[in-house]
Amino acid sequence: MSAFVEPRDPIQAATEGGYKWGFETAIEMEIAPKGLSEDTIRLISAKKEEPEWLLAWRLKAFAAWRETSEPDWAKVKHPPIDYQALHYYAAPKRKPGPKSLAEVDPELLATYEKLGIPLRERAILAGVEGAGEAETRPDVAIDAVFDSVSVATTFRETLAKAGVIFCPISEAVREHPDLVRKYLGSVVPQGDNFFAALNSAVFTDGSFVFVPKGVRCPMELSTYFRINARNTGQFERTLIIAEAGASVSYLEGCTAPQRDENQLHAAVVELIALDDARIKYSTVQNWYPGDAEGRGGIYNFVTKRGACRGARSKISWTQVETGSAITWKYPSCILQGEGSVGEFYSVAVTNHHQQADTGTKMIHLGANTKSTIIAKGISAGRSNNTYRGLVRMMPRAHGARNFTQCDSLLIGDRCGAHTVPYIESRNPSARVEHEATTSKIADDQLFYCRARGLSQEDAVNLIVNGFCKDVLKELPMEFAVEAQKLLAVSLEGSVG
Amino acid sequence: MSAAFAETGLPSRKLEAWKYTDLRPLAALAPAPAPEIVDTAALAADLPPLPGPRLVFVNGRRAASLSVPPPADMVADLATEGDPARFAPAPLAALNTQFAQDGAAIHVPAGHDAGTLALVHLTIAEDAAPVFVHPRHRIALAQGATLTLIEYAGGRGVYWQNPVVEIVLAPGATLRHVRIQAEDRESFHTATIFVDLLAGARYDAFTLGLGARLARSETHARLGGAGAIAHLAAVQLLRGTQHGDITSVVAHDAPGCASRQTVKNVVDGHARAVFQGRIEVARAAQKTDGYQMSQALLLSPDAEIDCKPELEIFADDVKCSHGATIGALDPEQLFYLRARGIPEAAARAMLVRAFLAEAIEAVSDDAARTLLVRAIDAWWEGAR
Repeated sequence: MSAFVEPRDPIQAATEGGYKWGFETAIEMEIAPKGLSEDTIRLISAKKEEPEWLLAWRLKAFAAWRETSEPDWAKVKHPPIDYQALHYYAAPKRKPGPKSLAEVDPELLATYEKLGIPLRERAILAGVEGAGEAETRPDVAIDAVFDSVSVATTFRETLAKAGVIFCPISEAVREHPDLVRKYLGSVVPQGDNFFAALNSAVFTDGSFVFVPKGVRCPMELSTYFRINARNTGQFERTLIIAEAGASVSYLEGCTAPQRDENQLHAAVVELIALDDARIKYSTVQNWYPGDAEGRGGIYNFVTKRGACRGARSKISWTQVETGSAITWKYPSCILQGEGSVGEFYSVAVTNHHQQADTGTKMIHLGANTKSTIIAKGISAGRSNNTYRGLVRMMPRAHGARNFTQCDSLLIGDRCGAHTVPYIESRNPSARVEHEATTSKIADDQLFYCRARGLSQEDAVNLIVNGFCKDVLKELPMEFAVEAQKLLAVSLEGSVG
Repeated sequence: MSAAFAETGLPSRKLEAWKYTDLRPLAALAPAPAPEIVDTAALAADLPPLPGPRLVFVNGRRAASLSVPPPADMVADLATEGDPARFAPAPLAALNTQFAQDGAAIHVPAGHDAGTLALVHLTIAEDAAPVFVHPRHRIALAQGATLTLIEYAGGRGVYWQNPVVEIVLAPGATLRHVRIQAEDRESFHTATIFVDLLAGARYDAFTLGLGARLARSETHARLGGAGAIAHLAAVQLLRGTQHGDITSVVAHDAPGCASRQTVKNVVDGHARAVFQGRIEVARAAQKTDGYQMSQALLLSPDAEIDCKPELEIFADDVKCSHGATIGALDPEQLFYLRARGIPEAAARAMLVRAFLAEAIEAVSDDAARTLLVRAIDAWWEGAR
């Protein structure tokens, strides 16, 4: 584009660029009636052919949910949610496995294509018999969760050879009940908070990863989450366990159709790292954010927490949050093992009427534990973007360290950027450093780029990418590229 | 009083602004109104050494025998009704409004430099049941006026001192406000200060918190005119089981204003220090320059610091930042001093003083600074 072309009309640009993943797939679905009661939970449990203990576990969560009320401390506003007006179970109807791609429901295939999943994996995800496991060694194993259920997982045999279990959590409940029972709810208990309790009561699927002692997972693991059906909530549950000396990198991507009404997504992710284990969890969150007027979009109310139980274990969260009408999400680390390390790298972009209240908690229990928080917030349009974080040094956290840096960038004068850190220390040998800044894109930076022939929009994208570099470089390669593009799309129409 | 508590309600920890400070011990105290002390002249030895005009309040009542009145043109009528909307976020100020009896009303005429004025509070509750005092002061500086105000609070016994100070600074006015809280270690002290700054006005505050079993100093500063400047500095030295809370809300409502906050906490024993500071920038407040720094030293394994520096920003052309650090005395610095033959205790004292120096140097009034340094020395000597 020539440097002398005026920037596009913001509104036009917004509608043109828009949300590429806003399609809806017409697939035969099996849907539970609306509403939430013990019967709903019994139905879900029966559909999943779950053991008795898990049903009891769910019912306990449901009881806890009824005791708690929706949290109101976040800087977000939304009309009250009618939890009885949602479907808590929606699944694509199961059919016998197709023999080739040609027999696969074209709608499902088209969905994967639009999601950008490679062809070979598409066949496997669609359940083509005999697909996968052949040919060359793949880079990424994928688990796809379509509405409430995991539809397929790729490359399981390769992983099984290494001893890694990567499967839908519903399957893990059947195949590895001892592991699930031991760890499920051990990081995020059923009654932890309102949305976690809701998830514990009604979760339908999600991914389960188990990396045994000393094993380095041979490939990146990846999950695509997709909300498709109308008036459903998505409640997936992810559980990742890395035994002593194990390591794993896990990627999560999510999209949803474009609709006028809001949809609820309340996931729980639990990570457990034993001695010397490493878990890297990366998210590119791209749920439908609503339109330019603030209609529709996903309410993304998610509880993510990792427990560094073992000495020298490490959990690293990286997130790029561009989607959702409302984001309420605080991926956290409980640093229990001596010398364990927690990291949180985050980019949160809000535009139009989006609201994000996101951050992290670093709870230092053990001696010589370390945590790093790098959070970049970008607000544009009429959006509000809040960093909310907690760093807590407990009495036994001798020699613990934390470094926090939160930077906010404002684009336009109708948005808001907020920083709400809580810093608590009860150990004199622990050191905490916190820095936060808020500013706009400097005129001289913009001028410099414009003078070298970049359009206004390209200049802003370049500067924003530079602003986020510290976080983006933490992402695995393929995700980093996607994330940069997403940033550009999210900010379309915000300058001009 | 306990009935009134039930009606108005002391704020509970469920309120976000009171998350870190628990007033239940105060509610359990169920204090009664402080009785009048007739022989105030006998309390002369309790006064801090401050030259110049001073207004002394004993158990919340003006003590003429101890006061040195300021010029007559500075004394105004006491207006107890403030803007109720302004008090909404400060429930203790609302309680003060309900119970306030006496206080100072100071008006400095336009263009006048009124020098230094001291406000001294002595609360004596030695032989009696717990008492409360709700002083209410109003300070207004007309256009271009200047004043240095030194507030001192001390006493003996178990009491609750809940002062409210309302300050209005007209365009170009400058108020230097030094506050020393050296209450009895059994007492409760909760102060709420409202400052309204018009165009080009300047408010320089320094708060020292040493005393009280539980103390909170809450400042609400509103920069409502272009080019206003607010500096809020605070130092707390806490030990034993003391609880000290510094809370500030700086609202930038007009363009081109600047605010600076420097807060230093030194926490020993089982004490707990709290700092909550919020900078709010409204849409209209373009070109805002806001900065806030909170530093804490933990001197004992049982000490605690809770810190919440907050930014709430709705304008895009702003420069706002905050920083917070928490740690112990640097062992290398201690080693350096010890290697030069300085005893451990003296070395620690030296490093703590150096830590505080930056904040105290900002106090320009000599008498006030001397008083601050002495109070800190006395605290330090009492420590060992």
